[in-house]
Amino acid sequence: MRKLLIFILSVVALGLSGCGYNTFQSTDEQIKASWAEVLNQYQRRADLIPNLVSTVKGEATFEQDTLVKVVDARAKATSIQASPELVNDPAAFQKFQQAQGELTGALSRLLVVSENYPNLKANQAFRDLQAQLEGTENRITVARNRYIKAVQDYNVTVRSFPSNITAMVFGYKEKANFTVENEKEIAKPPAVSFDKTPPAPLGAASGVAK
Amino acid sequence: MTFHGAIHRWCIAVCLTLASLAPCIGHAQIAVPPLAGHVTDLTGTLTQEQKSALEQSLAAFEARKGTQLAVLLVPTTLPEAVEQYALRVAEQWKLGRKKVDDGVILLVAKDDRTVRIEVGYGLEGALSDIVSKRIISETILPRFKQGDFYGGVQAGTTRIMQVVDGESLPAVQGSSPRGADQSLRQFVPFLFIVALGVGGVLRKVLGKVGGSMVTGVLVTGLAWLVIGTLLYAILAGLASMFVTLIGAGAALRGVGGYSGGARGGWGNGGFQGGGGGFGGGGASGRW
Repeated sequence: MRKLLIFILSVVALGLSGCGYNTFQSTDEQIKASWAEVLNQYQRRADLIPNLVSTVKGEATFEQDTLVKVVDARAKATSIQASPELVNDPAAFQKFQQAQGELTGALSRLLVVSENYPNLKANQAFRDLQAQLEGTENRITVARNRYIKAVQDYNVTVRSFPSNITAMVFGYKEKANFTVENEKEIAKPPAVSFDKTPPAPLGAASGVAK
Repeated sequence: MTFHGAIHRWCIAVCLTLASLAPCIGHAQIAVPPLAGHVTDLTGTLTQEQKSALEQSLAAFEARKGTQLAVLLVPTTLPEAVEQYALRVAEQWKLGRKKVDDGVILLVAKDDRTVRIEVGYGLEGALSDIVSKRIISETILPRFKQGDFYGGVQAGTTRIMQVVDGESLPAVQGSSPRGADQSLRQFVPFLFIVALGVGGVLRKVLGKVGGSMVTGVLVTGLAWLVIGTLLYAILAGLASMFVTLIGAGAALRGVGGYSGGARGGWGNGGFQGGGGGFGGGGASGRW
């Protein structure tokens, strides 16, 4: 009798893990952890930008338009409250992603444009900032790829048999993932012209960059 | 959901599994070479003496500090960027100690004229992006520009080692036994209970030999479902068959001896990654 009870209990326990319940728990934790890392790196990028802006502003002839775009994009990206729950809200997730994508585009444009300014390129502070920003962009890419992979694992579990039954019983839904559609457009390299553009009036930028 | 739909999805799941098993068919990515030593040169740039001199200094550094620093020279990383390739190398080699994450890779793509220092999580403080970038642009690239690859790699690794020396890391320990596979260990108690319970019942019903064989097959099937690795599943099945055959009591007495003897046996002399993690830290440069 006791042996039968042990037998039934172990079959139930094994059945539960066989239905993917444990997989849901571990993949869900994995998603949370990798999402936290994505946010962490986005935050680091946002923290670096004020230093970059003040360094670039030292270069008096710098294209104000490019600078203003970075400042605006940063303000927009940081205004969205990035909470862990964002993952479960596709619309908010989309908005967050778009804002960060715009910032990526504006920043890379600024770094490309800065190639035209020899003084800036020789400035050690600027070069250090550039190294940090490059490193952060790379970490963002890595963190996003790991997040994509984690969500993929989770979503496959949600949809594949027999774990999809478990997903139905517990109400687990597919989670939102990153897409690259609009980011490709945003991150398009800017056309760099070699004729000197007249420096924009400084007053235009001072209202935005503080 | 219809039954047909379920079958359909199940088939897709099987296909997905099979697809993931097939090693990157259709991807023209450069393969990550197996980790054989601290210095891997696929370009034939370094002479044998230069390689062994580098190998010696890096091995001595690992013995002293614990940090695993490896050098990899490849002709090209295309179509991938040097950053992507470096991360794939890092994820495959797993340099650095587990939990300390103190691995570093110096990657040179000779024909692309790119170089990257990939830094493990544990060293991102000391070997920050700025420091890595400076090592590349001040120490490595000037020598590479003159065609002095050995000099660049040698001076670069020396500076990396100097920087890491300034960081206080956990002391080097003797080769720690690598634990059994996590997923396997998690389910060992389960399988043991099943083997005992099912085996006991089946032994009474089918007799000693028949009962143990059926138990073995059952446990193999269950283990395969749970762990997903056929080899481990068969091992578990054989173990449970044996347990049932000789009876639970005798097996329990034997377990103490088994788990004691399972340690060791991992300590071979070859160079292998310690399980350190990487998150894309470091810097790249081109000449």
